[in-house]
Amino acid sequence: MKNLFKYTVRLADNSLILGHRLAENCSWGPYLEEDISVTNTSLDLLGQAEEFLIYAAEVENEGRTADDLAYKRPEIEYYNVQLTEQPNDDFAHIQARQFFMDAFNFYLYSALKNSSDSTIAAISAKSLKEVTYHLRRSSEWLIRLGKGTPESKERMQKAVNDLWQFTSELFEMDEVDEALISEGIAIDLKEIQKLWKNKITEIFKMADLTYPEGGYQATGSRKGYHTEYLGFILAEMQYLPRAYPTAKW
Amino acid sequence: MSENIEKLEKQFQEKIDNEVKIEPRDWMPDGYRQHVVRQMSQHAHSEVIGMQPEGNWITRAPSLRAKKILLAKIQDEAGHGLYLYSAAETLGTSRDTFLQWLHEGKAKYSSIFNYPSLNWADMGAIGWLVDGAAIVNQVSLQKTSYGPYSRAMVRICKEESFHQRQGYEIMAKMMAGTKEQQQMAQDALNRFWWPSLMMFGPHDSDSTRSSKALKWKIKRETNDTLRKRFIDKTIPQAEFIGLKVPDPDAMLQPDGSYKTGAIDWEEFWNVVGGNGPCNKQRLDHHIKAHKDGKWVREACLAFAKNQN
Repeated sequence: MKNLFKYTVRLADNSLILGHRLAENCSWGPYLEEDISVTNTSLDLLGQAEEFLIYAAEVENEGRTADDLAYKRPEIEYYNVQLTEQPNDDFAHIQARQFFMDAFNFYLYSALKNSSDSTIAAISAKSLKEVTYHLRRSSEWLIRLGKGTPESKERMQKAVNDLWQFTSELFEMDEVDEALISEGIAIDLKEIQKLWKNKITEIFKMADLTYPEGGYQATGSRKGYHTEYLGFILAEMQYLPRAYPTAKW
Repeated sequence: MSENIEKLEKQFQEKIDNEVKIEPRDWMPDGYRQHVVRQMSQHAHSEVIGMQPEGNWITRAPSLRAKKILLAKIQDEAGHGLYLYSAAETLGTSRDTFLQWLHEGKAKYSSIFNYPSLNWADMGAIGWLVDGAAIVNQVSLQKTSYGPYSRAMVRICKEESFHQRQGYEIMAKMMAGTKEQQQMAQDALNRFWWPSLMMFGPHDSDSTRSSKALKWKIKRETNDTLRKRFIDKTIPQAEFIGLKVPDPDAMLQPDGSYKTGAIDWEEFWNVVGGNGPCNKQRLDHHIKAHKDGKWVREACLAFAKNQN
């Protein structure tokens, strides 16, 4: 059950941290409609995170709740990929981060909806509906900005280049994956990687963006190692429950 | 010519008196158009600037449920801003112009958002008191004479009543919680009580624009009538969960209504005039977001042009 717990928490953490980052952008959008869209995406992701955390708490069966898992876990027990915790440097970075994650989540949930674990399958099927729309939206932004003005193209390409170092980590697997793949619960991420690369190549081509090659690739989140940003995210997010441990909100 | 205008004005007032809504293409006096445009754009700006004090706590919302509710609520406010800008645009002024007026300080928004949100209970107080005061006003505005404004209000009121309930729920939870939580809740009420009473505007005797607005039925009830309705509804709600309004003169009358102490109008006019704790911060934030987004908006326009 430890493997299933860890796997479910990973899924939750990706959505929780990305949803949190998007929520930070509320009231900072380039225009009102886009502000609303970003909050919408954030809400979808927070909803997914909550469902996965509820399930993780149930699987763990040690009396912790979804909120305990979100608000009382230290950095080292967070397993989100480092891409999700990268800051909202500008609108291009927000959309590039989103596009990489949306493409990943789209293929992941498309596969996980057939997981032998019925709860993971059900949450994935529901999430897939949301993520399908997210992917359409972020793909359109890549194309729009890639083919907009010289400034937007430069910013979009820079965002893609800056964030590229966090993309290999999406497909890393460890003993948790190995064990659950054999039970039909988890998915072989090597398969997802092929689909993801095809999608990225297709959209980059449509957006006139150059596919980055080589360079450093970050690793560590499978073991709870992160970039320096996660600590600050959690310091803010967990402030009240940690400062007032007996309070109920 | 002037005879013609007189006739049009008479017909216009007849429509108003017969509760017929005024629609964008209908003839209307310039004063009516200006009043409605000013009021709707001010209302839209208030929704949008109001995102900031609540947005201040999204990243620190203390539970997954609280975070989702707060985010959904702020998103609703943004949506209200959108309806209202659209309704205001029906009278021929563009959203870009409204934003320009806001940034230049020519257009106002509700002064309540010029106060800081300092503890989590402020999310309760804003929902309960600020949205609560707004609802009293907006329920009345559902019957406003300008059609697009009235229809926007009907939609907005449905969401606002949910906002008020979620705010009161936060306050009730805090009051049922630890001593620190109770202190936070009382502190939030102390800070937001008077500014929320000021949201209804000056006393009827000092309200310069009220008489025309009432005649044209843009406003349906006076500032003091609406304020009283809010007070009589809210004080018992406070007492029910163990909170005390910060007014030593507040007293229950034999008829079930409440007498309250004097409002500090000097503070009100100071904040309206730009000298409140967060006036500069709120406006700077909005201007920065707008400036930072310029290249995105330009890219959208360039892309759309290239597609055609």
